[in-house]
Amino acid sequence: MSSKVIQAMYNDDDVLMSAVKEVRAANHHIEEVYTPFPVHGLEKAMGLKDTRIAITAFIYGCIGFSFAVWLMNYIMIENWPQDIGGKPSFTFLQNMPAFVPVMFEMTVFFAAHLMVITFYMRSKLWPFKKAENPDPRTTDDMFVMEVAVEGNENELVSFLENTGTVEIKVTEKH
Amino acid sequence: MASHYEAPIRKPLITGEKSYHDITVDVAAPVEGKANKLWWTVFIISLLAFLWGLGAIIYTIGTGIGVWGLNKTVGWAWDITNFVWWVGIGHAGTLISAVLLLFRQKWRMGINRSAEAMTIFSVVQAGLFPVIHMGRVWNAHFVLPLPNQFGTLWTNFNSPLLWDVFAISTYLSVSLVFWWTGLLPDFAMLRDRAVKPFQKKIYSLVSFGWTGRAKDWQRFEEVSLVLAGLATPLVLSVHTIVSFDFATSVIPGWHTTIFPPYFVAGAVFSGFAMVNTLLIIMRKVSNLEAYITKGHIELMNIVIMITGSIVGCAYITELFIAWYSGVEYEQYAFLNRATGPYWWAYLLMMSCNVFSPQFMWFKKLRSSIMFSFIISIVVNIGMWFERFVIIVTSLHRDYLPSSWTMFSPTFVDIGIYVGTIGFFFVLFLLYARTFPVIAQAEVKSILKSSGENYKKYRDENGPNPAPSVPVKAKKVKETVKEVVEAPKENISDNTNSLMGSIGVFDTKTQTPDDLKQISGVGPKLEKTLNSIGIYSFDQVSKMSEKEYDLLDSLLTTFKGRAKRDDWAGQAKNLKNNG
Repeated sequence: MSSKVIQAMYNDDDVLMSAVKEVRAANHHIEEVYTPFPVHGLEKAMGLKDTRIAITAFIYGCIGFSFAVWLMNYIMIENWPQDIGGKPSFTFLQNMPAFVPVMFEMTVFFAAHLMVITFYMRSKLWPFKKAENPDPRTTDDMFVMEVAVEGNENELVSFLENTGTVEIKVTEKH
Repeated sequence: MASHYEAPIRKPLITGEKSYHDITVDVAAPVEGKANKLWWTVFIISLLAFLWGLGAIIYTIGTGIGVWGLNKTVGWAWDITNFVWWVGIGHAGTLISAVLLLFRQKWRMGINRSAEAMTIFSVVQAGLFPVIHMGRVWNAHFVLPLPNQFGTLWTNFNSPLLWDVFAISTYLSVSLVFWWTGLLPDFAMLRDRAVKPFQKKIYSLVSFGWTGRAKDWQRFEEVSLVLAGLATPLVLSVHTIVSFDFATSVIPGWHTTIFPPYFVAGAVFSGFAMVNTLLIIMRKVSNLEAYITKGHIELMNIVIMITGSIVGCAYITELFIAWYSGVEYEQYAFLNRATGPYWWAYLLMMSCNVFSPQFMWFKKLRSSIMFSFIISIVVNIGMWFERFVIIVTSLHRDYLPSSWTMFSPTFVDIGIYVGTIGFFFVLFLLYARTFPVIAQAEVKSILKSSGENYKKYRDENGPNPAPSVPVKAKKVKETVKEVVEAPKENISDNTNSLMGSIGVFDTKTQTPDDLKQISGVGPKLEKTLNSIGIYSFDQVSKMSEKEYDLLDSLLTTFKGRAKRDDWAGQAKNLKNNG
């Protein structure tokens, strides 16, 4: 599907923020905003939903913890219980204190790595991935707001021109 | 702008008149520029040290650890000393990036990237020692709970040494991921600035196609926060577990419950000292004084002072508890440390770690760059001796007086230690030339609250540093190619003299270059340049001081940018590559 978008470029984050608010108030659809650094409050102004990535991290942590408990129990208690230093491996609960460090490390290991992998997958970040920012200056000092063209194009362009933009481009989005 | 408010009493974290673009240029400069002689000299020395260490490691593996100075009484000496020393140094990075992030300390942003790099490189050095110490390194995978040909032969999860394996490897891998995720937007910045195809390819690869969408940034910030939350207990656990290697034993001098907090404080202490050592040099060499300010160094000195005092308290507590316990073995271990044959090591440790940081109570001393550098070196030395004292003095006079002995290192011990220092500096020097050494995206996000020019604007009615917005936006049409206009007829005197020195461009016979490839030139400026008569890299490359001034006189905006961004140098490169 190919649709027409207008890319309005801004040179200041505060101007961008007020522009985003104006565009939203005028009921135009913001497709995307590209910024060189995290602009605080932008996602709220754009109406983006909160990210759920922290919840996934919690779930991954629980998986890591459960795996560690299973592993310790299997190796140290069930598969080959040993009497190490006069401390026999009879039950998991009694021997558990010695396993706390490894259980903790595995929880962190699973939570951190799986969360980052989830982030990379969701945001489509991986080696050999082509960057899709509309202008190389958006990683330097420029901010680009992409607005979908619905209805009168010229009207929208002149509307955006009054939001403090420095450059405007009408283009096809693939 | 109320949203960017910061109390005037807070010192600026970015000094000078910086704009977003200036930050980009300053951070990219060490990567895009050429290495100077000093860099090559230090690099070659480090490389030689590394090669010596590599030779010593190969000799050890080929012959056995009998080539070290260890004996039957002192079974752990330089190897574990170096291991603990390097792990300790590796603590500052995560502390700065994770703990200070949770505490919302903005000053971490100037230093976190390099501190994290230092963490990763020093944990790599640390990891080498236990691996070599195994003797038969080809069996190193035995430390992992892998199914094997012996059926039910598993690792012993009751052993603190195995906990260490899990702690260090989790720490290394999580720090690496934390570091790399933060690097993505900055690599993307280098990618989008890169002119040469090879650089472009490499930075595209390592930036994972970072685009900077609002949603990506939202996730990025959340991931950073959660990783900080995970890394904070992680960093505390790592040195706690390292201290368990000693504390869970029954050796007098090691069997101490105070070890975990004491080791963690010591690790932060030595880590910050190493950060100071590296950054004091780096801010000078890479011209980053505007981002790593005196204020940053002062704050790090305060951390050094506090953690150094905690370490001092721990030393004294140990002595007190040894006396108070009434155990004569414990009492002798500490008496022997202070007055035995290793008294000089104990004295070095005490003076370097307990006394030297106390100078930092004086504002004048802690804000002196030179003094901070000296103290940071002193602390590094002191913390090495702390580990040496703990390990060797507790072992060399054990329960059996007939086996009392001394330890002296062989050239192999020294070689491996010096080799890891060389390896560390090789990695750090390469990093300083190829990585964005400052988290520029994060620094940009605090420019408006903590930049000197913005603070002046808010608090002292200074000029507004925010970029001005043109009344009429420039419209770029995607499909229609811009028609290049011929130079105007009425050329002023300045234009004439500028053209005279850089050469006239004939639009009818020559094809114009894409001047936008010069960093600092946008479509708008390109048009202006074209209207003056500048079309090719060849013309720009001929510019020098005089021509820059002439150009500035012809421009209404962007004055001084040509000189600041070194257009001539860039154009020379572009011309040769094109």
